[in-house]
Amino acid sequence: MESGIFQTTYQKDMALRRTPAQFIRLGVLLAFVLVFPFFADNYWLTLANQIGIAAVGAIGLNILVGYTGQISLGQGAFLGVGAYATGILVKQMGAPWPLAVVAACFITALVGMLFGIPALRLKGLYLAIATLAAQEIIEWVIIHSPDLTGGVEAMVIPAPTLFGQRINSDFRFYWVILVCLILTIILTTNLFRTRTGRAFIAIRDQDIAASVMGVNLFRYKLLAFAVSSFFVGLAGALTAEYRTIISWERFTLDTSILYLAMIIIGGLGSVTGAVMGAAFMTLLPAMLQLLGRTAGGFMPNILQQIPFLQQAFFGLVIILFLVFEPEGLARMWRNIKDYFRLWPFSY
Amino acid sequence: MSLFLQLTLTGLTNGAIYALIALGVVIIYKSSGVINFAQGAFLLVGAYVTYWVVGQVGAPWPVGVLATVVVAALLGILVERLALRPLIGEPIISVIMVTIGLSSLIAAIISLIWGTQSQPFPSFIPNQNITIFGAVTPADRLYALVLCGVFLLGFILFFRFTSEGIAMRAVADDQQAAMSMGISIQRIFAVAWAIAAVVAAVAGILVANIVGVSSDVSRIGLQVFPVVILGGLDSIPGAIVGGAVIGLLQAYTGGYIGGGTEQVIPFIILVIVLMVKPYGLFGQTRIERV
Repeated sequence: MESGIFQTTYQKDMALRRTPAQFIRLGVLLAFVLVFPFFADNYWLTLANQIGIAAVGAIGLNILVGYTGQISLGQGAFLGVGAYATGILVKQMGAPWPLAVVAACFITALVGMLFGIPALRLKGLYLAIATLAAQEIIEWVIIHSPDLTGGVEAMVIPAPTLFGQRINSDFRFYWVILVCLILTIILTTNLFRTRTGRAFIAIRDQDIAASVMGVNLFRYKLLAFAVSSFFVGLAGALTAEYRTIISWERFTLDTSILYLAMIIIGGLGSVTGAVMGAAFMTLLPAMLQLLGRTAGGFMPNILQQIPFLQQAFFGLVIILFLVFEPEGLARMWRNIKDYFRLWPFSY
Repeated sequence: MSLFLQLTLTGLTNGAIYALIALGVVIIYKSSGVINFAQGAFLLVGAYVTYWVVGQVGAPWPVGVLATVVVAALLGILVERLALRPLIGEPIISVIMVTIGLSSLIAAIISLIWGTQSQPFPSFIPNQNITIFGAVTPADRLYALVLCGVFLLGFILFFRFTSEGIAMRAVADDQQAAMSMGISIQRIFAVAWAIAAVVAAVAGILVANIVGVSSDVSRIGLQVFPVVILGGLDSIPGAIVGGAVIGLLQAYTGGYIGGGTEQVIPFIILVIVLMVKPYGLFGQTRIERV
């Protein structure tokens, strides 16, 4: 029975994992994600890949919204920028795909910075609406430049190859996504142990105080937009390479809202939360579909209602989480851990 | 010249509908500082309830409109009580997301009940064409214009002369001071949401009459943000002027430039306004320098 976690050196206190239990959990999780694809069928692999891509995007959005406190409704458009940049680079300029993906990240970071400029004057609601405008403008540009993006038609790109192997199955792509996700998680968790990351958090908590303490708001707000958009661009590029079909319908305002829902349900300002939220919001409609199919045996008209049920549950879980657990799944997970840590004297 | 007149008329009448929707957003923002992203869903409720009572049940249209107003008011109060009140004091992102969640939930419930197929709206609003100075417009658009004027006048009088309206302004100005003067803030919020929902439902009836009863009705709810930002988030005359300006600009760009530019121009205006004058034309400036 312990009363808290105490460290005796600063080095240990700064470590990302500080208790044996944390190392064990990490090990179990790693073992699971490494073994999982060998036992899962295609359905679950597809879901896992979707979760992985969504997790990268949600972590990116969480850097901006959860850690820096700048609300963005332009997530869908930034994903689109990443996807279309990859598509154009691979298809029209013939770039090798890993290079195209990296370039797409930087391009998205630049676009993100451009649309982050209003954040220097605006905050809260006004910023949310400015990013809503960014979403609508970028979407419009994508649809109305058919020479570059194919317009309303979908853009088809060749499946990526690696070491002479075509990465065209869910099983093979799983590893690409896994590497990207792990890199994103490591980079992001470490970002918030640096001066830059702490400056982001200071801006979120109290921007005036942050600027008094020497945080250059201009620089760090733009930087937050850039870093966040970089990872969002990565998610967009992965979507493009994974689907090999890029269609603007994937990058609408609804996508922005879906990602915001992920980080709110997962937990604002938490990397683990973003991953959990991404998993939750991907699994929820899939599980509803499974349930609906099962129920469809004796209630035939439920099948056409599934999309609306999914939409209704989507709205409902957002409201329920905000009202009952505003800190999301990350907080619930912490409560569960605390319960067992303090057992049998839990409170 | 006749094209110009025609575009002006179209723009003004479209603008009147925008202004009606924007009014609801402004009233909620004015009293509680919340931006309602569910305004589009309230439009849907207005359209579908009227369609159900008049088109499917077969009641006379005044009954339908009355029923819509009552349902919308109740819905507004319910939403405020169940979803918004627990979030008082929470960060803005939570409040925005809860209204977005609501809009998703309401739209889904409507689709569950009535499906997604577009239905013809029961025609009780005359829509024969009317010619004014050589420009042609359907009569229903003119009703929107008139209705908009009536609502505007009504709200200006309401906020200036009734104790309820004055209490609302007081709450918007300073919640603590208002509370210490014996104003029930909960009541004011509920009234604000009810009014906003009713105005949106009425606008929904007008929109449905033009585009038919389908989930497309809620799409127009997005156009409301350029309008409220241009006019100022807390200004009722601003909503009207903003609606007219955005409506006119859309009509002119659509008529003279074309190529779908009319869909994006409101948002470009929005960005420019936010950069130059974030509080809009008539909004109250809150000075906060960083």
